Amino acid sequence: MEEKMEKKNVRPFSTYLVIWLGLLMLTGVTVTVSGLNLGQWSVLGAIIIAAVKSTLVVLFFMHLKYEDRVFKIMLGLAIVTLAVIMVLTFVDVSFR
Amino acid sequence: MTQDKIKQKEKEKEKEDFQSSFETSYLKVGGRYKGLWGWIFSTDHKRIGILYLVSILTFFAVAVCIGLLMRLELIAPGPTIVNPDTYNAFFTLHGVIMIFLFIIPGIPATLGNFFLPLQIGAPDVAFPRLNLLSWWLFIIGAIIAISSLFTGGGAPDTGWTFYAPYSIRTGTNVTMAVFGAFVMGFSSILTGLNFIVTIHRMRAKGMGWFRMPLFVWGHYATAWIQVLATPILSITLLLVIVERLMNLGLFDPARGGDPLLYQHLFWIYSHPAVYVMILPAMGVISEIIPTFSSKNIFGYKAIAYSSLTIAFVGYLVWGHHMYTSGMSDTARWIFSLLTFLVAIPSGVKVFNWVATLYKGSIQMAPPMLFTFTFIFLFSIGGLTGLVNGALATDIHIHDTAFVVGHFHYVMFGGTGFALFAALLYWLPKMTGRMYNQKAIFRSWFFLFIGFNMLYFSMLVLGWLGMPRRYYDYLPRFHSLHLVSTIGSWILAVGLILFFATLLRSLKKGEPAGPNPWGGTTLEWQTSSPPPLENFHELPVVEHGPYNYDGGKNE
Amino acid sequence: MNMTTVVETLPHGHKDHIGARIGMWLFLFTEVLLFGGLFLLYSVYRSNFPEDFHYCAGNLDTLMGTVNTVILLTSSLTMVLAVANLERKNRKYASIFLLATMLFGLLFLVNKYIEWSAKIEHGLFPNSEILQQHTMGENVFYSLYYLMTGLHGLHIVIGIIILAVMFYQVARKPRRKIRLSSVNAKDINLTDQSGETLWTHRESEPVQTIEMALVYNRHEDVADRQLIKVENSGLYWHLVDVIWIFLFPLFYLIT
Repeated sequence: MEEKMEKKNVRPFSTYLVIWLGLLMLTGVTVTVSGLNLGQWSVLGAIIIAAVKSTLVVLFFMHLKYEDRVFKIMLGLAIVTLAVIMVLTFVDVSFR
Repeated sequence: MTQDKIKQKEKEKEKEDFQSSFETSYLKVGGRYKGLWGWIFSTDHKRIGILYLVSILTFFAVAVCIGLLMRLELIAPGPTIVNPDTYNAFFTLHGVIMIFLFIIPGIPATLGNFFLPLQIGAPDVAFPRLNLLSWWLFIIGAIIAISSLFTGGGAPDTGWTFYAPYSIRTGTNVTMAVFGAFVMGFSSILTGLNFIVTIHRMRAKGMGWFRMPLFVWGHYATAWIQVLATPILSITLLLVIVERLMNLGLFDPARGGDPLLYQHLFWIYSHPAVYVMILPAMGVISEIIPTFSSKNIFGYKAIAYSSLTIAFVGYLVWGHHMYTSGMSDTARWIFSLLTFLVAIPSGVKVFNWVATLYKGSIQMAPPMLFTFTFIFLFSIGGLTGLVNGALATDIHIHDTAFVVGHFHYVMFGGTGFALFAALLYWLPKMTGRMYNQKAIFRSWFFLFIGFNMLYFSMLVLGWLGMPRRYYDYLPRFHSLHLVSTIGSWILAVGLILFFATLLRSLKKGEPAGPNPWGGTTLEWQTSSPPPLENFHELPVVEHGPYNYDGGKNE
Repeated sequence: MNMTTVVETLPHGHKDHIGARIGMWLFLFTEVLLFGGLFLLYSVYRSNFPEDFHYCAGNLDTLMGTVNTVILLTSSLTMVLAVANLERKNRKYASIFLLATMLFGLLFLVNKYIEWSAKIEHGLFPNSEILQQHTMGENVFYSLYYLMTGLHGLHIVIGIIILAVMFYQVARKPRRKIRLSSVNAKDINLTDQSGETLWTHRESEPVQTIEMALVYNRHEDVADRQLIKVENSGLYWHLVDVIWIFLFPLFYLIT
C-alpha cells in the first residue's frame, strides 16, 4: 500500500518565539487599553485584540497557515455557525 | 434436464454460494475476539452497525409500548389507567427514548455505519475504535437515562424538552435523565466526526465527490450537524445539571436570569437535530428510487447540494418553536420568514424524486412501496409544518395536538418509514437472506391505516383546540381520541407483523444473492453477507453511482 | 534452514496523518461550540446588566488574570516547541518541553485556586448570603464567572493528564507492537539483517499468532504515530489557551 508522503512544513524555532513575543505584547496592549476610559468601545476593543491573538495562535501554533485549504474552510464553517447563532439570539434579546 | 431440475440445480447453487459467503462473512469472522466478545468489542463497522440496530430497535419497542399506554389513557376523558403525574412521566419518557435512543442514532448509526464505507469502496470508517466507543457511550448513556426511572424522584415529568425553571425545581430525577442524554450526545458527535473524515479521506480510487451515492451525501450533511450542533445540547444539559445541583439562578428571573435563554439554547440544538433525523432518511429514498425505477436519479447535483443547504438553513430557524414564549416581535417574524426558506431545498428533493419516476420502469417491491409511503406521509408532515412555521397560524395551534400530529408525520411517517424502507432494501445484503415479501405487503396495510387513524385525528383535534401533554380533556374531543387510540392498536399490529417477518427471514429466508434488486452502487458488487474486509479487492470506480444508462449520463 | 516468511499484520488501519488531524480539528469545533453556548449567555447578560458587570470586573484581580494569561501563552510556546523538537526527532527536548507545558498548566491552576479561595473567603460564591444581598447583575456575573472559569479549569486538568500520557510515551524508549498471524510453527527464530539471532522460542505445539513489542534504541527511530498524537494533544492545548484569551478580557478587563 503506497504511503502518501506528507510534505512536512517544519518552521524554525525562532518563528514561534517571535509569535510568542507578539502575543505578550498584545496582552500588554489589551490590559493598558482597558485602563483607558473608552466606555462601550472597551468591550469591542478587547474582543478585537483577543481575536488577533487567537488568530496568531491558530495560524502559527496550530499550524493552520500551513495546512490544506480544507482545514481553513472547516474552521470557517464552525465560526460562521457560532456567529449566526449569536446574531439570531440577539435579534430576540435586543428587541424585547 | 427438465425445467424443474434446472431450477432445483440453480437453487442448490444459490444455497452453496450463500453458505460459502456466510462462512467468510463478517457474521462469522470477527477479528480478534470470538463469540459475544467478538461482537461487543468489535471495531468492524458492520458489526457495530448491527449492535446499534439491535439496540435502537429494542428501545423503539419500549417507547412504542409507552406510546400505546398513553393512547390507552387518552381513550376516554378523566383518569383511565394512570394518574396525572404518571402520565407526565409517560410522555417525557416516550419523547426522550424515541428521540435520543431511537431516532437521533437512527439511520446513521445503523445503516450509515454498515453501508457508508461499502458505498464509497472503503474497508472501514476512518476511526474504527472511536466507532466502537461511540456505541459504548450510547449504551452507557441509555442505561443512565433509564436508571432515572428507578432512582431519585423517579422518571422526569418535564417533557423531553426539560424547560427551565420547572426542570430545575421538579423533584423528579431530571439530573440522571439529562446526564444520560449528555453522554449519548458524545456518541452522536463521534459518529458525525468519523463520517466526515471517512468521506473526505477514504473514498475508493476514482470516486470523486460527485460520484458518491446520495445516501453518502445525506450522511455527510448530517455529520456536520452532529458535530456542530450537539455541543450546544451538551452545554444546555450541563447547565440544567449545574442549576439543579448548585442553583446558580441563570434561568431564574428573580435572580436576574432569563428562562427564554434556556429555550434558545435548547432549540439551537434541537431544531438542527430534526435535520439529523431526516437527511439520512432522504438519502435512503434517493437510493431506492433509482434502483426500483431502473433509471438514474434526476438532478443528482441538486439533491446533493440540497442536503448541504438544508443542513445550513436548519441553523437559522429555531425560534419557530418559541413564537408564544415571549420572544420579541422582531425575532418572531424574522424566524417565520427564515422558516419558509428551509422548505425550498426539501421541495427540490421531492420534485427530483418524482421526476426520476417519470418514464422509469417501476418495480413495486416492498422497499419501493414504503418509499412511496414516505413521500406521501412526509409531504403531509411538511405541509402541516408550514402551518406551524407561519407565525400567524402557529399562535392558534402551538402546544396543541396539531403539533404532535405534525411531528409524528415527519418523524415517524418520514424517518420511521424510511428506516423501514432501508431495512427492506438492505437486510438481504446484511444477512444474505430474503424475507417474505407478501407478508410485508400485508403488514403495510395495518401500518398505513393505523398510522393515519392515529395521527390524522391529532391534526384535527389540535385544530379544534385539544392541548398537547394534557391528561384530561373536554367530552367533545372524545370520539376523535377514540379513533386515534384504535389507530394505535392497528399500527401496533402492523409493527408486529412487519418485524416478525423480518426476524423470521434471519433463519428461514431464501438466499438473496449479491444483488437481488439490481442496484448499481458499490455495496451490491460484493457478496451477501459481505466479507469482513468488505471487498476482496478494493474497487476502482469508473462511473457515477446510478448507472442505468450504461454510463452515458456522466 | 527452513525459513518461512511470515506476513506482518500492522495494528488495524494504516496511518493517515491528515485524516487524524482533521478528526482532531472536528473535535476542537465541538469544544468551540460548547464554550460558545456559555459565551452566548455571557453576552446576553452583559447587555442586560452593563454597570453591574463593569463593577464586578473591577473586583477581579487584573494582575492575577494577566499573569495567568502570560502563563498560558508561554505554555502554548513550550507546547509547540515540544512538537517542533519531535519533528526533528529530538525526543529528549520534546519531553522536556512537554513537562514544561504541564508545569505551566499546574501553575495556572494554582493561581486559579488562589483567586477562587480569595473570593470564596469574601463570601462571593453562588448562593452565598452576601451575594444574595447584592444586585441581580452581580449574582449573574459571579455565576457565569465560576461556571466558565470552572469549565475552563476542568479542560486544563484534562489537558495536563493528556500531556502526562504523551510525556510518558515520548520519554521512554520508542517501541512498536507487532502481531504475526498464520505462523503455524513450533520453533521460532528472530534474526536481524546480519543473521544474528535476536530471539528464540521453542514450543511443543505449533503456534498460530505471535505478539511482540520491539523496543528501539536509537533516538531517530521515533514512530511517526507518536508525532501525530503529540501534535493533536498540542492542538487541544492551544484551544484551551484560545478560550482563556477570550475569557480574560471579558471577565477581568471590561472596566
